[in-house]
Amino acid sequence: MRIRKNIAVSEEGFLFNPTTGDSFSTNSTGALIIRLLKQDKTLPEIASELCDEYDADRLLVERDLEEFASLLKEYSVLD
Amino acid sequence: MEKKRYERPTLRKMNTGLMNKFGSKSENTPVTHIENNSVKSLLKEYGSPLFVISERQIRRNMRNASRIFKTRYPKVQFAWSYKTNYLDAVCQIFHQEGSWAEVVSGFEYDKALKNGVPGNQIIFNGPDKTDEQLLLAARNNSLIHIDHYDELYTLIRLSEEHRMRPRVAIRINMDTGIYPKWDRFGFNFENGQAWNALTRILNSQWLELVGLHCHIGTFMLSPAAYATAARNLCELAWSVKERFGKMVDYIDLGGGFPSTNTLKGAYLPGTDTVPSIDQFADAITDVILGYGFRPEELPLLILESGRALIDDAGYLLGTVLATKRLSDGRRATILDFGINSLFTAFWYEHKVSPAQLHSRQTEETVLYGPLCMNIDMVRENIVMPLLEKGNQVVVHQVGAYNMTQWMQFITLRPAIVLIDEENNTHIIRRPETMEYIDSLEQLPQHLKQDV
Repeated sequence: MRIRKNIAVSEEGFLFNPTTGDSFSTNSTGALIIRLLKQDKTLPEIASELCDEYDADRLLVERDLEEFASLLKEYSVLD
Repeated sequence: MEKKRYERPTLRKMNTGLMNKFGSKSENTPVTHIENNSVKSLLKEYGSPLFVISERQIRRNMRNASRIFKTRYPKVQFAWSYKTNYLDAVCQIFHQEGSWAEVVSGFEYDKALKNGVPGNQIIFNGPDKTDEQLLLAARNNSLIHIDHYDELYTLIRLSEEHRMRPRVAIRINMDTGIYPKWDRFGFNFENGQAWNALTRILNSQWLELVGLHCHIGTFMLSPAAYATAARNLCELAWSVKERFGKMVDYIDLGGGFPSTNTLKGAYLPGTDTVPSIDQFADAITDVILGYGFRPEELPLLILESGRALIDDAGYLLGTVLATKRLSDGRRATILDFGINSLFTAFWYEHKVSPAQLHSRQTEETVLYGPLCMNIDMVRENIVMPLLEKGNQVVVHQVGAYNMTQWMQFITLRPAIVLIDEENNTHIIRRPETMEYIDSLEQLPQHLKQDV
């Protein structure tokens, strides 16, 4: 699960897909996930990092991560 | 190091195009307390969902409406519309504030009597009054508002049989320029039916005509329609005076004043578009005062306002059961109350606020209820903070009709709590129980199983 190479991602969580011309905004949690995906982290690894960073229940994080990843796929942000 | 507060990740596609010049206000200002009582503690103590009613707001609304009319017209009487909310506690607040009772069924009539309302201060409206109920109302000297000829002739027969002379008015329907025209209730003004009914009453020794009544619609947004209604009633009152030498005691303009809820399909929020009670009062009282009656014969003005006096005194508190993404990408939030409790979700785009702090991130979501039915939708589209399971929400302006039209469908109806003027809470209707529902059922012997 990797972010497409040509996707531009800003620190603030702004995404631009030059292939489709679509732009997206995300919140700080989403921006962190995208950064970690760019570092080729797996979903379980990302979930662990989110739990280290945020005061959150692991199961809730995994559920949200699953949904966020499917959304990224749907918008062709992921390979 | 303290960990950061978690918020689920969001991804919003940016759309370009023309902006809506009116914009849309997001409802992300949290409402954590209702009159000094925290939403969290209320839900913990009384369960979720929960209706909450503010006694202070009811009294404020009633006093405000009363002041508005009484500073414009010398003789004004409000009658609390029981069908809007007939919880005993609510009715008693209105009665303490000087309201009579306006009822539309035998059940409501009995409730008003049980609440200690003197019979001569009960207005009995509606198309369904049994012989027994008519007799009871007549004996109690209540104001019987006749809806149709069958009722008129039944009442004449009963009065003759029982040697009574009940005090009556007729309900009059008319074209006030608004649609839909509520012509299914009462006698029509334009085609002469109302005048014929009045003539029949005035020629009968068994009925005493004391008033004229109309109720032109509900959630009326046009004060001018009330001016038309008031003019038509004045015209009839004048004709009665001229022809029969009798001045009616009162003119009853009914109810129908709107609250500031936003109707479905409305372009702008109700707070921006709904006329104030002052505007309705101006429209009505200007006509009656200017019609030409002598000061001593001015009729009492009765108002049966319901919704406008209680909607903003009611809240529905609830909890998020789940959030999910629909197949088209939209966010969906499932709440623990739906149209079963919030019947008015069929009519209004209710304002829904989060009950806890959130980040500034917002998203569009559908708000669904918990029923296993596709129509169970609280809001089709609303901008809310990122809600998650267990979060709590507050629905505003739910005081009218929900606690009378709610449904016991696949679940039990929730508790209702009153916050008094000292901010103390009182449970005024317990949550329903399986025993309560079961108590009405009976199982035939051959269907019983040995358990």
